[in-house]
Amino acid sequence: MAPSSSTSPSPIIRADGLSKTYRVATKDPGLAGTLRHFLQRRYKDVAAVRDVSFQIQPGEMVGFLGPNGAGKTTTLKMLTGLIHPSAGKALVAGYTPHRRQANFLRRITLVMGQKQQLLWDLPALDSLRVNAAVYGIDEVESRHRIHDLAEMLDLGAELKRPLRKLSLGQRMKTELLAALLHRPEVLFLDEPTLGLDVNAQARVRSFLADYNQRFGATVLLTSHYMADITALCPRVLLIHEGRLFHDGSLDALTQRLAPCREVRLELAEPWPLESLRAYGEVESCEGMVVHLLIRRDALTAAVSRLLAELPVRDLEVRDPPIEELIGSLFVQGTLS
Amino acid sequence: MGNPLGRYLLTLSRLWGTSLAMQFEYQANLVLEVVAAIANLLGSLLLLSLFYGEGRALGGWSWPQALVVLGVYTLLEGITSTWLRPNLSTIVGHVQQGTLDFVLLKPIDSQFWLSTSRISLMGLPEIATGLGLMIWAAGQAGIRITPWLLIQTLLMLVASGLLLYSLWFLVSTTSIWFVKTWNATEVLRAALSSGRYPISAFPTAVRRFFTIVLPVAFLTTVPAEAMLGRLTLPWLLLSLMVACIGLALSRAFWQFALRFYTSASS
Repeated sequence: MAPSSSTSPSPIIRADGLSKTYRVATKDPGLAGTLRHFLQRRYKDVAAVRDVSFQIQPGEMVGFLGPNGAGKTTTLKMLTGLIHPSAGKALVAGYTPHRRQANFLRRITLVMGQKQQLLWDLPALDSLRVNAAVYGIDEVESRHRIHDLAEMLDLGAELKRPLRKLSLGQRMKTELLAALLHRPEVLFLDEPTLGLDVNAQARVRSFLADYNQRFGATVLLTSHYMADITALCPRVLLIHEGRLFHDGSLDALTQRLAPCREVRLELAEPWPLESLRAYGEVESCEGMVVHLLIRRDALTAAVSRLLAELPVRDLEVRDPPIEELIGSLFVQGTLS
Repeated sequence: MGNPLGRYLLTLSRLWGTSLAMQFEYQANLVLEVVAAIANLLGSLLLLSLFYGEGRALGGWSWPQALVVLGVYTLLEGITSTWLRPNLSTIVGHVQQGTLDFVLLKPIDSQFWLSTSRISLMGLPEIATGLGLMIWAAGQAGIRITPWLLIQTLLMLVASGLLLYSLWFLVSTTSIWFVKTWNATEVLRAALSSGRYPISAFPTAVRRFFTIVLPVAFLTTVPAEAMLGRLTLPWLLLSLMVACIGLALSRAFWQFALRFYTSASS
């Protein structure tokens, strides 16, 4: 489960300089803009993914982070063969995805939180029977697999009810079941917990961890919920404006985004601001509660000095929440 | 994994099972659709009987002979309601909503899936009436139905169904670029409705257009000629060839279009 090095011999997912440029029609607002748009369409090229390279080893669980429109879904679609890359190469389980060979498609799955493959008006079991036939899974085996997965997902009678009668959480779980019936080796999950309540999110997370353990499946997961990533993915890829910004552990990402750590001090008596500045950047000072930002490399020494030199009643060292870090940096645009 | 043919047949039977189950899920809707289909058919029969009238000939076709063409047309309408419309009309929606992704991710031919996964009972009354009308009208026209005649007619009907399918699939495929092509399929259907009448009833220029550009002649007139025992071998072969070309074109065009599929963004 360790992050791969670029020299590893047999990655199961490989992206080499993957790029995708979309041609998008542009339209000015208003009636005049609409008329012009109808008569003479203007296009511009939008680079959704630019020169992205990474490798993922079999059995790894990797988080794929980035704000909306960063290129996550486009990358997943190239890796699953739904769209052709404009440049670069992808190799998944030894296959070139966009050729969509049957043996490649049997080895992968894509779950999209916003889209569903199961038939709305029928119980999930009906759709599952169709999927079993498509993947050539015989009756006994498919019953066995459905039973197993349903148990892991805590699904029972729900599978016999029309999909439209299920809650969002139950629907997502049945979607997962349908997507995993053929026991894919590589799972591409695009926001699988989107819109779910906290309990349902936790359930899906623990299922994914179980599935990864049990079948050694490789998982590439995008999510807006940081809890999904911290719980499941020792390694993260961070993409911004189509470019890969970070490939490594979440800790390393935090260090990179926040070179300082936050120290919260509770003092026994008020202390002059000037002398506090000697230890680090003062983020806030309200009464006897002080927030300091201290560089990671100077942290140990600074904390020892604080404890020795100030009347400290309580001291806490923490990282700013990762979503705040990523969020604020994207807002400021400092990543580019 | 079993043999591919067995896998496709099992998939098809289960797809049709779910497709019928979906129609039965809404009982009232099903009953209303059946009533509408029957009423529609009675209406068009009445209208056409007024239009042709007993004893009139049209473009060299007697009334019973022209009725054979109408029979073929009605049969094709039935096939459209049962097979073509339920499947091909979903392609645009799949492209628009991005659910084509799920079709493309399955290890099954995407054109096969999009073209066969649904079936509707709505066209069955039209199929039965169309066949009945063909047989009855041929009898009225003094035709003795031989096995060879049946084989020829059947072949031409299959060719006609495949050609109609190919044209419709070609038009639907363009939704990969244009997303909304409902209007285009409506225009196609309107043009094809001219297949109600024998092709020779039209002026020469229109006749050429309907034979060469938009092969309406092959859809209804040629199978009717076969049923009336007037089809020559070259026309039979030409009709089969046109169907095969249509099918091959639809396939090649689909494969080509998929390269431009961008998938609706999430």
